[in-house]
Amino acid sequence: MKILVGIKRVVDYNVRVRVRPDGSGVDTDGVKMSVNPFDEIALEEALRIKEAGNAEEVIVVTAGGDECQQQLRTGLAMGADRAIQIQTSESLQPLSIARALLKVIEREDPGLVLLGKQAIDGDNSQTGQMLAALWDRPQATFASKMVLNGNTATVTREVDAGLETIEVDLPAVVTVDLRMNEPRFVKLPDIMKAKRKPLDVIPLADLGVTVEGDLKVHHFAPPPQRQKGIMVEDAAQLVQELKSRGLI
Amino acid sequence: MSRILIIAEHDGETLNASTAKCVSCAQAIGSDIDIAVLGDGIDEVAAQAATLDSVSKVIAVNAAHLAAPLAANWAPEALSLAADYSHVLGPSTTLGRDLMPRIAALAGVNQVSDIMEVSGPTAFKRPIYAGNAIVDVEAAEGAKVIATARIASWKAAGNSGGATVEQRAASSSAAGHTRYVGLESGGGERPDLQSASRVVSGGRAMGSEENFGLVYSLADKLGAGVGASRAAVDAGYCPNDMQVGQTGKIIAPDLYLAFGISGAIQHVTGIKDAGTIVAVNKDSEAPIFEISDIGLVGDLFKVMPELESLLG
Repeated sequence: MKILVGIKRVVDYNVRVRVRPDGSGVDTDGVKMSVNPFDEIALEEALRIKEAGNAEEVIVVTAGGDECQQQLRTGLAMGADRAIQIQTSESLQPLSIARALLKVIEREDPGLVLLGKQAIDGDNSQTGQMLAALWDRPQATFASKMVLNGNTATVTREVDAGLETIEVDLPAVVTVDLRMNEPRFVKLPDIMKAKRKPLDVIPLADLGVTVEGDLKVHHFAPPPQRQKGIMVEDAAQLVQELKSRGLI
Repeated sequence: MSRILIIAEHDGETLNASTAKCVSCAQAIGSDIDIAVLGDGIDEVAAQAATLDSVSKVIAVNAAHLAAPLAANWAPEALSLAADYSHVLGPSTTLGRDLMPRIAALAGVNQVSDIMEVSGPTAFKRPIYAGNAIVDVEAAEGAKVIATARIASWKAAGNSGGATVEQRAASSSAAGHTRYVGLESGGGERPDLQSASRVVSGGRAMGSEENFGLVYSLADKLGAGVGASRAAVDAGYCPNDMQVGQTGKIIAPDLYLAFGISGAIQHVTGIKDAGTIVAVNKDSEAPIFEISDIGLVGDLFKVMPELESLLG
């Protein structure tokens, strides 16, 4: 079985994101970029499945400009066998990404597709679900545990009410949540090795995907800030304050 | 002219409060609002949905394959109902986030995720970068709007309405490739964290799973839901589904009480829309005091039992 893992280049999660004063976007100049943390967990899970002897090949795929090759190389250094860049200078919205991934799936015929549950830049949480819909295959979103049993997978999902378990036939799309695993650290020799692994570049147009129906994005603004309130001395004052505000 | 269909969230018996919040969001878009209740044996849920203000019609679809909220089964059914509507709205809960993009892809449109404000029938504000930026988005001209309402941004609609309930036969069949196994619920008898009007949360400073019991007992005194910081979850003091913050639940209770939570950005992101934030921490420099409405510098293990006895 092949496993396809979708990854995205995003502003590193430790960076404090700032909106440009003219409202045209967020400031990404000179900012550290990384693999979306949820996608890193997806890749780690794929690698563990391969290491357990349940998959032969792990392929990382992304859509974007050539700067994304940096994140694909990170994926290769973690242990992916090869990488695919869907090359585009446009910033694709989830439906176009799903359509492009579907074309890659048609070429590669993976038994499992793993993605992060959302990217920490757009926070859309759509791509995996859309891909599963277009592919007409099962989706298991927000997964915290996955057990493969031949042609099916039993997936534990983190839902608001607790932990939901579903069983899906393969191939399927699984999007992973934070607690699925802890991704490995990349070692220096692996970074050197990754430079020699294959990285295919496929222009978006060659996949026959046209970008349409995008949402128009007009203006970016910083969020409203909460103001600092009052301080009280002890529990009794706190209770009194809450009572006077009609909160208890 | 906007015609809005809301996909109801429920557990088979009770309508989830997220649906009433979707109604508020829908009211900001237009006045023609219907609700679809998908499930099996959901007449009681449909009756609850019919009481929500400004809803004209509840469409109840009963079918065995719709019993569990599997996106693979619900999305085709919702899509066929969506034919008569300009907007299809679901909540930003795990149900809506799982389901709505599958409907959107089948309809061939991008989804508007997490509507926090409505600027016009097809123009919305939504948060990105974990709420560190707010962006204005507009749906493509003439396209169906498929969206989730960010439930922390909307108050529940009232329930003095009287919509008609229409039974409709399912037009979809089971996807077959996806099977529901079960749900292990974390919360027990306490109010659901996502919809509770009061929430008591504990952080790393609680020190142990045993000490975290103070959070539960204070919450029970207040009839509150229980939350936790990521640090407390990572330390194993409480289960994952109690985590509040960027990587957990984003909540907006009327009253939020944070005990031993320092106020990391990732946590604050999850509580920014709370009505009143109360923080108790022994460190007077803790960043949580910058955003709390009422702060108290003190020892948790003294303050929490005192609060409990004062609340009698």
